[in-house]
Order: sequence, then C-alpha cells, then structure tokens
Amino acid sequence: MRVAVTGLRKRFPGAPGAAIDNVSFTAPAGGITALLGPSGSGKSTVLRVIAGLELADQGRVSIGERDVSHLPPRERQVGFVFQSYALFDNMSVADNVAFGLELQRRPKAQIEARVRELLALVQLDGLATRKPAQLSGGQRQRVAFARSLAPEPSVLLLDEPFGALDTHVRVELRRWLHELHERTSVTTLLVTHDQEEALELAQHVVLLKDGAVEQAGAPHELYDHPRTPFVASFLGGATVLRGRVGEGNTWLGGSIRDAPPDAEDGELVTACVRPHDVVLTRPEGAAATSTLGKIQRLVRVGGYVRITLELEDGSLLEAELTHAEVQRLGLALGERVGFDFARTRLFAEDYAI
Amino acid sequence: MSRALASSRRAGTGVQAGSRAVTHTLTALALLFVGLLVVVPLGIVLVTALSKGITVYLEALTHPDAVSAMLLTLTTAIVTLPINVAFGLAAAWLLSKYRFPGRTLLVTLIDLPFSVSPVVAGLILILVYGKNSWFGGLLDSFGIRVIFAWPGIVLATCFVTFPIVAREVLGLMEAQGSHEEESALLLGARGWQVFYRVTLPKVRWGLLYGVVLSNARAMGEFGAVSVVSGHIRGETNTLPLHVEVLYDEYQFVGAFAAASVLTLLGLVTLVVKKLLERQRHRVSTRWQDTAPAAQANEVIA
Repeated sequence: MRVAVTGLRKRFPGAPGAAIDNVSFTAPAGGITALLGPSGSGKSTVLRVIAGLELADQGRVSIGERDVSHLPPRERQVGFVFQSYALFDNMSVADNVAFGLELQRRPKAQIEARVRELLALVQLDGLATRKPAQLSGGQRQRVAFARSLAPEPSVLLLDEPFGALDTHVRVELRRWLHELHERTSVTTLLVTHDQEEALELAQHVVLLKDGAVEQAGAPHELYDHPRTPFVASFLGGATVLRGRVGEGNTWLGGSIRDAPPDAEDGELVTACVRPHDVVLTRPEGAAATSTLGKIQRLVRVGGYVRITLELEDGSLLEAELTHAEVQRLGLALGERVGFDFARTRLFAEDYAI
Repeated sequence: MSRALASSRRAGTGVQAGSRAVTHTLTALALLFVGLLVVVPLGIVLVTALSKGITVYLEALTHPDAVSAMLLTLTTAIVTLPINVAFGLAAAWLLSKYRFPGRTLLVTLIDLPFSVSPVVAGLILILVYGKNSWFGGLLDSFGIRVIFAWPGIVLATCFVTFPIVAREVLGLMEAQGSHEEESALLLGARGWQVFYRVTLPKVRWGLLYGVVLSNARAMGEFGAVSVVSGHIRGETNTLPLHVEVLYDEYQFVGAFAAASVLTLLGLVTLVVKKLLERQRHRVSTRWQDTAPAAQANEVIA
C-alpha cells in the first residue's frame, strides 16, 4: 500500500531544533523507497513517526487510503526491522516468528504453517529451534525480517537493516532483500546512509538533509539531475569547485567552462564534478580547454586508482580512474597533468552547501 | 643513538621491576586487610559460638527468643520482597522508557536511602507513625500499631532496601534499550504483554540479582529496625537485634550462635550473587555488540 506523509514536524524535548521539519513525500505501493541521508538528517525519525513509535508534532501519515496519524503502533499494520535485530533472545527462532501471529490468535496449525513458510522464505529452514544467540548477524537479521513479515503487514519499514553487518554480508543480504521483495512485493521503506544500497535497491529515493527533503525521485534522476550541490556530492561523491562567471565563461580552478545560461558576469557559481567524470591527459597532449594540475595523492584501491589533483587556485579535485588507464598514461605522484571534465553540474551560488 | 636506546631499555626494565614490587606490596596489603577485617572475625564468630560445644550451640539456637527472632526476620524478608520487586520494576520501567519533567528528581529520590543514615530513617518513621503524630494517633485509634510492632519493622526494612532492585533493573533496562519492546508493540502486543513477554525475560537475571542483594540487606538490617522495634523480646526482636541484646547481657555463646546464622546467610548470598553475576555478565556481553549501534541510532533520531 502507498505510504504518504505530509508536513511532518518533530522536535525532541531538550533538542535545540526540530529533528524533522515539513517533510512530505509519497512512497509508491509495491516498491522500495529509500530514505537516504547523512547522520542527523532525520531519516530514522521519519521512519519511526510512520511506525507510530514517535508522534509527530505536526503533519499526517497515511497508509493506503487510511489516515494512521493518531493510531497506536499495533494498529498500523507495519513491519519494522531494526539495525540491532531486536530479536527476543529468550525465544527460539520459530517463537520469534510466531510472536505476531499468536497475538492475532490465529489457529495453531495455521501459525505453524506460516512460520514454516516464512523460515523457508528467509532460507533458515533448519534453524527453527535455535536461540538468536546461536545465530550469526546475517541470520539474526533474516529472522527479524521473517518475524516482521509474518502478520502480513501492508508496509515494511527497515531502519538501517544491514548497518551492523560486515561489508560482504551486507552486499549479500542486499541481493537477498532484492529477491525477497520481488517475491513478496510488499511496499518497503528503507532508511540508509549508504548511497549504493539506496541506488541498487530502491525505485524511489528521498534524500534528506538537516531534517528536510532535499530531493526526491527515481535514483537515476537524482544522480543525473541533482538539484543542489549537496545532492551531487552525496550521490556519487562529487568534488565541489567554486568559480566565477566572466564573459560567458565560467572559470573553475584554471579551467574554462561555458557559463550557466542565466548567469551574469561576476556571479559566483558552484560546480560539482564526480571523480569518474574527470579526464586526465599527459600535459603534452592537453587540449586548449584543459589546464594543468599537480598530482598530490595517488592511491590504488583494487582495480581503481584514486587521485587528488591540486589545481592552479589551490583547490583540490578528486579523480577516479581505472588502474589500466593510469598505467597507460604513466601517471606518478607529483606530476603535472592536464585535466578536463566529461560532465559537470553548475549551480548559482545561492545554493549554499 | 645506541646509548639512548640502551638507557631507555634500562628505564623500561626499571619501571617493570618497580611495578612488580608495587603489585606485590598492594596484594599483600589487600590480603592483610581482608584477613583482619573478614576472615579472622568470621572465624572468631564460629569458634566462639561453638566454644561450649555443639549442644549448647543448638540450645542457644532453639531458645524461644531465638526462634521468634528468626521467624520475625524471615517474615520481614518475605513481606519486603514482593514490595521491593513491584516497586523496583515499576520505577525502572518508568525511568527507562519515559522522559518526563521531574525524572531526574525521582532518580535522586530513589537513591536517598543509600545516602541517609538508617537511624535517621527509623526516626522519620517514628515521627510519622508514632502515637504522638496525628497519623500514628489516627491509626492507633483503629487499633493499628506500626511503631514497636512488625509493620514498623517491615516499613523500616523497605525504606532501606527499596533502591537496590530498582537500581539494578534500571541500569540493565537502560543498557538494553527499547527496540525489542518496540518490535513487540508493532507486532500487536499490548502494554502488559510487552512487559510480561519481552521486558521481564530481558531483565530476569538482573532482577534476581537485585532480589538476592536486597534480601541479604533486609535480613541483616540493624539501624533503622532498631529504632522502630522497641526491642520487645520474643515479639519485635529481629535476628540482628537478638544478637545485640544477648551480647549486651554477656551471653556470648547465644549471641555468636545467632550471629553464625546471619553469617551463614551472608555466605549463601555471596555464592548465589557470584553465580548470578556470571549469568548477568553473559547477558550483558551479548548486548555489547549491538548496543553502540543502537546508541548511534538514537543520536540520529
């Protein structure tokens, strides 16, 4: 079912400002919507308000056509998965999964069948009698998924579900969650600070910053058409350069670009350049539009090389090239190289970061 | 260069040798203190109690006054226990799950019995429940006696012991966070179901630990009980008071025989406490891997 929030505001007692302020978005039915943002952006608070674990000071939450703003958590029919698993340690895996079904007073045979079905779904068939303490982190989190899905919730809320897991388990579970969602197609809201997780899993991304929605839309839309420098730098780790418009051109760290169409002479602009959009050339072969920068740092990370360039005006530019490319160019630390941008996004200066 | 290295190495061994000497001295001092303060006195209690033979020892323990004192101590402990458990759980639940104005004040008040002298606690009870106060007078007109009777003893014991369970359980609940409770709520549980099926199992070892500690304190309490009891032999003497009365009358065997019972209770408590600590530790270490994550999450919220 579709989840819509409108004008949510929540300020915690004792906190200097609101944790979330005027947050509105719609999570389409049957899809995965990612609530993405850095620490302190309020994404978890939004999720907890939707679940009813926090009451908003203002605003409404509706699930499907139902306004649930004033319902207690147990009447909202949402499943919730915490980063800390939050399993009942004194109960077996099967009892954990059966918890919500028992509260609904379903017949015993039906509960047993449903538990078996769910344990199969999360691929933990053989572990029904184990206690949570006997499971690995990834297994525990899958039990938590099974437990939250058991009462057939209309919405699944995930609060950094893979945050406490090792990188490789995280990547594995991400794939697993994708399959799980394809099979259940329950409307899912995923809170994460990991852009890769959001871009890979979600069909819809809501990017939050300082308790407000910065931009919402399809992942590729946010990636290709960021509305603010913050979106550009958060998704894809763009370097932010500052420049000035002059005679229809923009001067960025010694490089000249076309000015944004509505920019006036003397106006300050911000440019966002993603590391893999930086093109490096040997200084001999540098084109007229590209200028020189000095390689200040050069680190190989597997098949990629991360390079920090110091530009003419002293600003730093991050670049990412394949190892093969760096070898072909014969780049080394301290060398001067030509650089250009395959793509940049320019913003008028009033979008302060 | 090499000289600098050599001298630093020498300094290193110097520090190590010094620290070894310090370790030995401190260990010896600790053993000396424990020996003088705990082991020797405990030994003397048993030796004196049995100094006139086992028959005299058993006679002292089966004397009607001694039996009555033991029964009163036992009754007091049994009545105090459920009160402490109920109050402790309620206070810990309230303080760990809710934020409200006056919360810090309540936490401070719960700690009050730890900082106030038990004798003062006893005097306060006399001021409130004594025959000369209006409330005590009112109760007396209904034939209810609190001071110089067992209800006063129970009240005094409760006052002294009630923070123990509350403190123990509160610490555990705060360390564990509320995500399990929230999960249960979202799965459809009501308040009491959350408490009974999730919270209580989570804190059971800490609760038991608190119960054992407060029980030991309840049976051994002297100061507050001494003020409100009136020392009526065979009626309002608890076991610790009984020991004092006999000792004042130079009945050393009887006094030490009763004291040996208290000592035995103390030793049993110690063993049970040790066992529970191990269980509790197991629970809390299991919590450690997820607790920081939960905290980080709260900062985000």
